[in-house]
Amino acid sequence: MPATRGFFRRRPDGPAGRLPPGQYDVGGNWPVLTAEVTPRIDRESWTLGVDGLVDRPTTWTWDEVQQLPRSSYHGDIHCVTTWSKFDVVFAGVSVDSLLEAAGPDPRAEFMIAHSSTGYTTNLPLADVTGGKAWVVWEYDGRPLTAEHGGPVRLLVPHLYFWKSAKWISRLELTVEDRAGFWERNGYHDRGDPWLEQRYQGDP
Amino acid sequence: MTTDESFASVGAGSTAWTTGRIITKDFPAPHLVRLRMHVEDRHRHWPGQHYLIRLRAPDDYTAQRSYSVASDDSDPLVEFLVERLPAGEVSEFLADVAEVGDLLEMRGPIGRWFRWDTYTPALCLVGGTGVVPAVAMTRAARHHGRSDLIRVMAVGRSPEALPYAEELAAAGAAIVYTRHPTSARPPGPPTRAEITPLLAGTQLAYVCGSSRFADFAETLLVEAGLSAEAIRVERFGVTG
Repeated sequence: MPATRGFFRRRPDGPAGRLPPGQYDVGGNWPVLTAEVTPRIDRESWTLGVDGLVDRPTTWTWDEVQQLPRSSYHGDIHCVTTWSKFDVVFAGVSVDSLLEAAGPDPRAEFMIAHSSTGYTTNLPLADVTGGKAWVVWEYDGRPLTAEHGGPVRLLVPHLYFWKSAKWISRLELTVEDRAGFWERNGYHDRGDPWLEQRYQGDP
Repeated sequence: MTTDESFASVGAGSTAWTTGRIITKDFPAPHLVRLRMHVEDRHRHWPGQHYLIRLRAPDDYTAQRSYSVASDDSDPLVEFLVERLPAGEVSEFLADVAEVGDLLEMRGPIGRWFRWDTYTPALCLVGGTGVVPAVAMTRAARHHGRSDLIRVMAVGRSPEALPYAEELAAAGAAIVYTRHPTSARPPGPPTRAEITPLLAGTQLAYVCGSSRFADFAETLLVEAGLSAEAIRVERFGVTG
């Protein structure tokens, strides 16, 4: 399409090669965008389950999940609403560790992340294994706040951030790809920011 | 959360980028610009949905933001209200540079969650520039002859900070100013006693506004007895 009359680039690109197309660097801010009432979840009653197509459906309490090998992510995150945030640090546990305990069935190809609010999002299993996804409860060395999904959220930083479900309570492994909340409401099934997979019909 | 599957099937399918021409532009307040646009190959929209507006520089750099639609689907033009944010790359351009007759890249309508189906009795509890989807819902309700289905409480610091206040008040909305006295009420946030009667008979509540406003509104609605599953939220803003 032709250029917009009178519009010129005003922002630097950000760190070289780290800003996906159509994104901007939000700097020190961290926007909050949710579709639901923010739940206040008590750590003492919170649990995380891994079930569906697994050999050993497993549920962890807060204390139990803390005993799993700690894993952290240091890098960038990208929201479909066009902000990106560089050099964030999250800590929690790798999804690989959770799946290892539950024993995925070889037929499982997708994961549906469930939040305690009822929010869901679907992910190819290949996008959450091999060190690419975490369940996190710390941001920048501090407990994750409720508005950002605390006490515990999913983190899949190489995909748009709606895939990083807040207030995570359950990971379900499936054979088929079942659309999650935003995916049923017009968003892309995979959500790769580098391919600009924002909405249904995008490449 | 309950997701109405019938919603998901309405307007299914993808939207492509198209262009819109600015037909009118005015400033309801110094920091607010209202654009009414003719959209090429326009799709029908539900009240509560939004469009993307994308700006393209000569070097192909692009910037895009989403804006809620204020107009009803029966309106031949698509209306947006844009708040001019300091250093807001897109909003400053729309406020200061864009002129009537200009073409902008657009995509929409988008969003199948925060929208009104035109028949479910609902309450909009909206703040500041978050009134925009409530305006679209009110206009759609009037167009369908069902103004009884949508109740609105619109909250702003003062009349200057609450766009569309006169139109909404004329349609029966409760107008609440948190820092401005009126003959109807002293300044201050809405109370449970004010919201409870508005909830009678409604099945859904739409909350739209800043993150701080949304927190307040969600709490008020839940304390007034509405279940969290019946509340749809569109919040904007940042935290540190």
